[in-house]
Amino acid sequence: MKTKLLLTTALFAALTVSAQAKTLVYCSEGSPEGFDPALYTAGTTFDASSKPVYSGLVQFKPGTTQVEPDLAESWEVSDDGMEYTFKLRPGVKFHSTDFFTPTRDLNADDVIFTFDRQMNKDNPFNAYVEGASWEYFSGMSMPDLIKSIDKVDDLTVKFVLNRPEAPFLANLGMDFGSIMSKEYADKLDAGGMKSDLNQKPIGTGPFQFVAYQKDAVIRYKANPDYYAGKQAIDDLVFAITTDNSVRQQKLLAGECHVMPYPNPADVQSLKDNPDLTVMEQEGLNVGYLAYNTMVAPFDKPEVRKALNMAINKQAILDVVFQGAGKIAKNPIPPTMWSYNDAVQDDPYDPEAAKKMLADAGVSDLSMKVWAMPVQRPYNPNARRMAELIQSDFDKIGVKAEIVSYEWGEYLDRSKAKDRDGAVLLGWTGDNGDPDNFLAVLLGCDAVGGANRAQWCNEEFNNLIMKAKSGTQEERTKLYEEAQVVFKREAPWATIAHSVVHMPMSAKVKGYVMDPLGGHNFEGVDIEE
Amino acid sequence: MLSFLIKRIGLLIPTFIGITIVAFGFVRVLPGDPVLLMAGERGLTPERYEALMKQFGYDRPIWVQYWDYLNGLLHGDLGQSLVTKKPVLDEFMQLFPATVELALCAIILAIVIGIPAGIIAASRRGSFVDQSIMGTALVGYSMPIFWWGLLLIIVFSGWLQWTPVSGRISLLYFFPQVTGFMTIDSLLSGQKGAFTSAVSHLILPTIVLATIPLAVIARQTRSSMLEVLGEDYVRTARAKGLSERRVIGIHALRNAMIPVITVIGLSVGTLLAGAILTETIFSWPGIGKWMVDSITRRDYPVVQSGLLLIAAVVMVVNLLVDMTYGLINPRIRH
Repeated sequence: MKTKLLLTTALFAALTVSAQAKTLVYCSEGSPEGFDPALYTAGTTFDASSKPVYSGLVQFKPGTTQVEPDLAESWEVSDDGMEYTFKLRPGVKFHSTDFFTPTRDLNADDVIFTFDRQMNKDNPFNAYVEGASWEYFSGMSMPDLIKSIDKVDDLTVKFVLNRPEAPFLANLGMDFGSIMSKEYADKLDAGGMKSDLNQKPIGTGPFQFVAYQKDAVIRYKANPDYYAGKQAIDDLVFAITTDNSVRQQKLLAGECHVMPYPNPADVQSLKDNPDLTVMEQEGLNVGYLAYNTMVAPFDKPEVRKALNMAINKQAILDVVFQGAGKIAKNPIPPTMWSYNDAVQDDPYDPEAAKKMLADAGVSDLSMKVWAMPVQRPYNPNARRMAELIQSDFDKIGVKAEIVSYEWGEYLDRSKAKDRDGAVLLGWTGDNGDPDNFLAVLLGCDAVGGANRAQWCNEEFNNLIMKAKSGTQEERTKLYEEAQVVFKREAPWATIAHSVVHMPMSAKVKGYVMDPLGGHNFEGVDIEE
Repeated sequence: MLSFLIKRIGLLIPTFIGITIVAFGFVRVLPGDPVLLMAGERGLTPERYEALMKQFGYDRPIWVQYWDYLNGLLHGDLGQSLVTKKPVLDEFMQLFPATVELALCAIILAIVIGIPAGIIAASRRGSFVDQSIMGTALVGYSMPIFWWGLLLIIVFSGWLQWTPVSGRISLLYFFPQVTGFMTIDSLLSGQKGAFTSAVSHLILPTIVLATIPLAVIARQTRSSMLEVLGEDYVRTARAKGLSERRVIGIHALRNAMIPVITVIGLSVGTLLAGAILTETIFSWPGIGKWMVDSITRRDYPVVQSGLLLIAAVVMVVNLLVDMTYGLINPRIRH
């Protein structure tokens, strides 16, 4: 009786509400750290802040990594590549909420404020919360890159750079480029409530923030004044559900419409469910095993190549990724422009590998294989992967010892130039630019840092440095060539690119998967 | 009673200082630090690392940091989360009611079922009923919580669709938090169906969280009852011709309750300290999950002050439990 009562009440409530508003529920995987995206680096935070609430000067065309206009309707780049002049879209309104009502439209002051607070120590919002470090902005070398940001007129802003940098536009499309309202910030400053900028966001994006109940629910509603038109759904709700099995149950029970990161083992059964759609896309990531090319015998390309040939990548794909992956042959993923498909992967051939090692004069080799202690998109189970590699190496007479450290420690120790052993690690792209993989992970400047192979190859480095400027066509050629050098020199064993699955109710229409890994509900509708 | 209270409260002070040292030291002896974790795969240059450590004040000698922390505590400042940049106390106050609500429901369920089950088992010692109850209790005690929670979700929420999967209330209801207790706030909101929804969301997590304390209470009640039932005064009561119900209910039970209350007190402490697994499975926004997330991220201020707050709650609960002994057994009246 009571059960019936419960169901009837819930059904009644559901019917009443559905008649009033269209609500999309997204079972998100974690809590946002805050709502000022520039303060953070986590995708979960961006999904809840920059994606629904904010817009940038430029954005990535949905489903691609191509830059297209957002709040800037057009831009010009000077011939020397040092000046970028953006023309802002007129009449763009910031959100009107119960805690803020804007009195003016978006203008150049907002753009300047957005970036100035991240680079100018005197800006009242540079340290508006304790420990504000603007990590992404710094990580993309923006403070060194930007010389000045000037207001030409109310709707024109000019960025002057210290050096030409082709990926600059793509950088502006990143989450730290979310344009904030200076008017709102000034109001908070005057009222002594600066930290609200990180708790109650005001942007120009498709959805406006309504409320956040910590670790439980985030509510948004469609922005009625969105420059690209009001969204088809009225309300967007994030139901924070950290466990993936529970997220799946919620999806099956109709408690949410979309869920990210299903358990790989469950993907097939979800695909078989006629009430669901499972979208999939190769993630913009790469998982690799980086040798230390500064330490013998791994300083010899033929030794590294031999080890690469001993690794059975298909077995790793089946066991570790449970099919939700693709074998990697290049250091950049196939969805990225300039991916060189002509490159041939090292074949899996233990016999040939054994011979190559013998020819290189290497016998009785013992080495360490580092396994990360955490699960990452590019490596769902590093320990298991390391075990498979260990047994593969054993077949060619190489003894591998698996070592691991706590995550922070792992990241730190693996940077050491005299590190003992090969490291399992990976990378997820920030802005869809090949520079973001090739220079960050394999450039000479990154040795002792993110370049875990400690690999500095003059030929490769010249190519990627040259590719920092020029047209996309010119850059593509250079990057393709760089991938050939990479494969020949083999500083890494490229293992896999993961495939990302997005199960959702079949009623959800218009969802586009983001190759950069974000979850964006602009343009999504629910079929009645 | 008053002198007992003063003595106990006096003892709390050194205990607190001890906890500050343990909480402060604990998170710092773990390898890795918040700055390294924040940077992730991207990494930091040594200069940037130094600058950030300095910005957070972690470059100073450890005793200076400890003194600063203690000084802040004395001024009522529990610090601010490195991750969310919000005051630790605010976060605690936001999440704690959820934990309390669930813990209270669980402990009530455990008591209401556990004590009668223990009494029945003891009064029919060796019988089939006794063996069934104790067998079930053993299964309950050894149940892996995560598996148990998921199983209940799959059966009751998935197949039967009797209960919601997770969360504290249906997303259809939206009202401001007043007390933080969803059952009370839903009533205050006046929204139709909100209270029923809040209660239905409590059912599965309560069962899961109550499982282990229920088993412990049932077993403790049984063994304690058996001990008491062998006492001379119980034989005397029976010899006087009292009904079995009076013998057990009045004479035996009251004397058998002391160890049971101790067990209940300890369970309440543990449940309030955060039922991490239950909170994770049911997406229950409580302090257990909050603490674990903070440890993973090396969010020093949250870990050190959060532990202190939780310890304070556990100590208060234990004090209350000690005080109830006297109500039940006059011989230990303070």
